[in-house]
Amino acid sequence: MSDGIQKDQPTPNVEPVIEAPAEPVQLHVWHQLLVDRVSQDAVISCVPNAKNNDLITIIVNPEHFLSTATVLKNDEQFQFDYCRNVSGSDLETHMEVAYYLCSMTLNHEVCIKATTNRETPEVQSLTSVWETANWNEREIFDLLGINFTGHPDMRRIMMPDNWVGHPLRKDYVPLDPEV
Amino acid sequence: MAIRTEELLLNVGPQHPSTHGVFRVVVHIDGEVITSSDPVMGYLHRGTEKLAENLTYTQIIPYTDRMDYVSAMTNNYVLCHAVETLMGLEIPERAEYLRVIVMELQRIASHLLWWGTYLLDIGAMSPFLFAFRDREMILDFFNELCGARLTYNYMRIGGVKWDAPEGWIEKIRNYVPYLRQQLIEYDALVNGNEIFLARLKGVGKYSAEDAINYGLSGACLRSTGVKWDLRKDRPYSIYNRFEFDVPVETEGDCYARYLIRFAEISESLKILEQAVEQFPAEGETMGKVPRVLRVPEGEVYVGIESPRGEIGCHIISKGKDKPYRLKFRRPSFVNLQILPKLLEGETMTNLVTILGSIDIVVGEVDA
Repeated sequence: MSDGIQKDQPTPNVEPVIEAPAEPVQLHVWHQLLVDRVSQDAVISCVPNAKNNDLITIIVNPEHFLSTATVLKNDEQFQFDYCRNVSGSDLETHMEVAYYLCSMTLNHEVCIKATTNRETPEVQSLTSVWETANWNEREIFDLLGINFTGHPDMRRIMMPDNWVGHPLRKDYVPLDPEV
Repeated sequence: MAIRTEELLLNVGPQHPSTHGVFRVVVHIDGEVITSSDPVMGYLHRGTEKLAENLTYTQIIPYTDRMDYVSAMTNNYVLCHAVETLMGLEIPERAEYLRVIVMELQRIASHLLWWGTYLLDIGAMSPFLFAFRDREMILDFFNELCGARLTYNYMRIGGVKWDAPEGWIEKIRNYVPYLRQQLIEYDALVNGNEIFLARLKGVGKYSAEDAINYGLSGACLRSTGVKWDLRKDRPYSIYNRFEFDVPVETEGDCYARYLIRFAEISESLKILEQAVEQFPAEGETMGKVPRVLRVPEGEVYVGIESPRGEIGCHIISKGKDKPYRLKFRRPSFVNLQILPKLLEGETMTNLVTILGSIDIVVGEVDA
């Protein structure tokens, strides 16, 4: 489909070339590195997010989430020592956590994601890799109910301890027994 | 023979002036020394992220005002910036300048408030009055611009709501040399004071590795020698047009954080001076934006430099006029995480010094 559109363009020497920036080269290098260092099936998908300045977004196999993160932090070619943001979201068909990483020394960025089911959501905790994930994961557990295995202190952080349900889930029904 | 001591469990807060809002720390103390601590938060949790899922993008802007309520302008901006990135909008030049001017004024106002209350925390009364006098002038500028002192609701997706009234830019121009003069006075008043130095130097110290590992940002990170300012490292808006320095200290203690925030006021004045000089004489303040904003499907994360550190906005859009999921990365929440580590082995008096030096706003911690 897209091939057909490109061939129809009258001046092929101007626009379509820019469609492939330098980024995908780095994308392949990183993908290969992860396959070599972690496992053959570590990466599920690896694409640049065009809406977000071509930020490379890697969906990681949940089984290799922790080992991938460890490689991303310690490997000389990655050196992602700084975790900028941790987000969780309920996508109705499944749940997802996203870690936005950044390297202070090499000045590059990446976003890694892991998906999980909605019935018993569980993701490996990355607190042992980046300490900043600690409270962020607690917040995601509190508001979305995703359980982080290996987390040192999996408690609610925002809502009261006896709260029923996880408010940011799309099927959340507010329960207030006093009303 | 040593005196027998017993461990005591103490609740600091939630209603305690030095926690700067409704925030509680459960501390175990042995005599005067803290053995362990556990921050308890959520008293001000309003569920901004949940509420946002049922609001249009423009309707969310006033909610961002109420997160970090002493720096509402940068909160406004991060949401608008995220939506604009996702839509690929062009912002008119005049609007960009107005945004930078109000954000830098806000940074000064926020740092002045911190400076006054921090010194009040550690026992100096008069700087608080000076700081509030000068901050009030900035709030008056904002009042004139958008009719509110704290919760401005000033920015819109694609520009700003109000143009600068006549003579407003002139007032900012005059304010810069005034505050510069005041800063010299404040420096002489506080920064060399021996009691003040004894309270701050070497207290609440951490290394650059710790700061990076804990994901600290803003002055908390720069106090350890890491030169990281998103205005320089991930330039947004029109910050690449201005010349300014990023103050860095290497000690990593409360005094280093104090010096950085103090120096940042001068740097913001530099930006203001240049922005006022370059301010376009006329032009639009709103870009071409459809009446009903339908944000294309996609995902975006942007982070900007707020007075407290990196404030970020992560949006997942499904092509509707409301966000599917909206997440704010709040610097106060992330910076606070290092507190239990810093408090271990410190005395109770230093709890106030250390908590104050992190510079939290509880509305933002809890969101």
